[in-house]
Amino acid sequence: MKVYADNAATTQMSRTAIDAMLPYMERIYGNPSSLYTIGQEAAEALLQARTVMAKYLGCEAREITFTSGGSEADNQALLTGATLGEKKGKKHIISTAIEHHAILHMLKRLEKQGFEITLLDVPENGIISAEQVRNAIREDTCLVTVMYANNEIGTIQPIAEIGVVCKEKGVLFHTDAVQAAGHLPIDVKKENIDMLSLSAHKFHGPKGVGALYVRKGVPLTNLIEGGGQERGKRAGTENVPGIMSMAAAFEETCENMEKNAVKVAALRDKLIAGLARIPHSVLNGDPLQRLPGNVNFCFEGIEGESLLLLLDERGISASSGSACTSGSLEPSHVLLAIGRPHEIAHGSLRLSLSENSTEAEVDYILKAVPEVVDYLRKMSPVWRDLVEGRKEFLL
Amino acid sequence: MALYSDIVMDHFKNPRNVGVIENADGIGEVGNARCGDIMKIYLKIDNDIVSDVKFETFGCGSAIASSSMATEMIKGKPLSEVLKVTNKAVAEALDGLPAHRLHCSVLAEEAIKAAVQDYYEKNHIDYDRSQFPNCDDCEHCGTCR
Repeated sequence: MKVYADNAATTQMSRTAIDAMLPYMERIYGNPSSLYTIGQEAAEALLQARTVMAKYLGCEAREITFTSGGSEADNQALLTGATLGEKKGKKHIISTAIEHHAILHMLKRLEKQGFEITLLDVPENGIISAEQVRNAIREDTCLVTVMYANNEIGTIQPIAEIGVVCKEKGVLFHTDAVQAAGHLPIDVKKENIDMLSLSAHKFHGPKGVGALYVRKGVPLTNLIEGGGQERGKRAGTENVPGIMSMAAAFEETCENMEKNAVKVAALRDKLIAGLARIPHSVLNGDPLQRLPGNVNFCFEGIEGESLLLLLDERGISASSGSACTSGSLEPSHVLLAIGRPHEIAHGSLRLSLSENSTEAEVDYILKAVPEVVDYLRKMSPVWRDLVEGRKEFLL
Repeated sequence: MALYSDIVMDHFKNPRNVGVIENADGIGEVGNARCGDIMKIYLKIDNDIVSDVKFETFGCGSAIASSSMATEMIKGKPLSEVLKVTNKAVAEALDGLPAHRLHCSVLAEEAIKAAVQDYYEKNHIDYDRSQFPNCDDCEHCGTCR
């Protein structure tokens, strides 16, 4: 059996998304900046796509800028906040310890440029409070950036409450909604969000395309200089097929959001209940305030990469926060931030479902994971030390 | 191209010599759980020859494969040859390891040497200390320092 359970990494494109891009590769391939018919048809299509994105985010079409994806949108949002702040002599930015690297690495860069960065700590459930943000805001704070939902542990942040605080304090508020868009209802106006990043391939759209919502009146700082595309704020000929496909995927996923969320959350909860029966394991992230498709566990005494390889052998695609899977020597910064010790963080497993997941797949995972964990524990000297009492169990 | 060679995958999926030797003559344990890999090697030594070897490993695929390969390379060998097994030889026998996983083969070499050293110490046998790695030379993750 083949089970794709890594939808937080990327998703399979939907038929709707694939079909939506084809006309813009085959027939309407004109450059939207050209004045002849197939150019203008492409320009018209872009406007439609922008309108669709805006409708489901609760904003105006002109407030949507198309980008190459979530990372670019995140980078541009942070640079924008920093540039605007610097003009007013405000060089303090607030974020959280569990952001995506597209945020954290840009913050590092800004820190080198003289900005002061406050990363809010998260409690074990991974949820910060609006009070934490309120308490961290200073006279010189120019930007608050808090992810909508976490990519590893699925935790959903109180975005609307943080939005209220930022509005009250007059601080620009950005949210990285890459994991949330298309999966959770978002209304940027109601939630007082000034900037929001999203990525098409997390909701069955294509890779290499995303969007940045920016409230009108907030002047964007360019990352890419060149032609006058995207109101002069993002140069480069628009990825018309990708954008059309993203809009179609977004419309489809938003129209079916409630139905999908009910189905996926039920599968998620079954998976969580089943995996929780593995001794000396723990669920990472909040059990309730979490993305419908996210499951993340740590299993004591084993390492995540070998777990992934053995699951792959059984046809299951999943991910882990172990050092070996991150390509660095440190395990996931998110798991460390919620208080998991290094040795526990190395033994993590993330399974992320979508509406294409089935109960049979969940049953298959629930059979495979305990067997693989057991197999790896039996060859683990760490596990032997634990069961023979030379070390104390942490979980 | 796959991340790992066929030989690595074979040793990972069908590891040789997994387990424990009760009353082993030498035991070597290297690495630490904090950095995500620990290797433990058990030796049975008869007349200076490794008559049996077992391992336990907590770690990634290449760590398990390196342990498995290393145990195969020293089984039945005299200690003089066992001490000549290098991390490079382990990695080559595996048909290479990705650059950032080479430390797994280093751990295998160190685990073998630690087990032999343990055997010498337990039996009060004189040996050349320069043949053995010193913890300070470890260029692994550095998290234990």
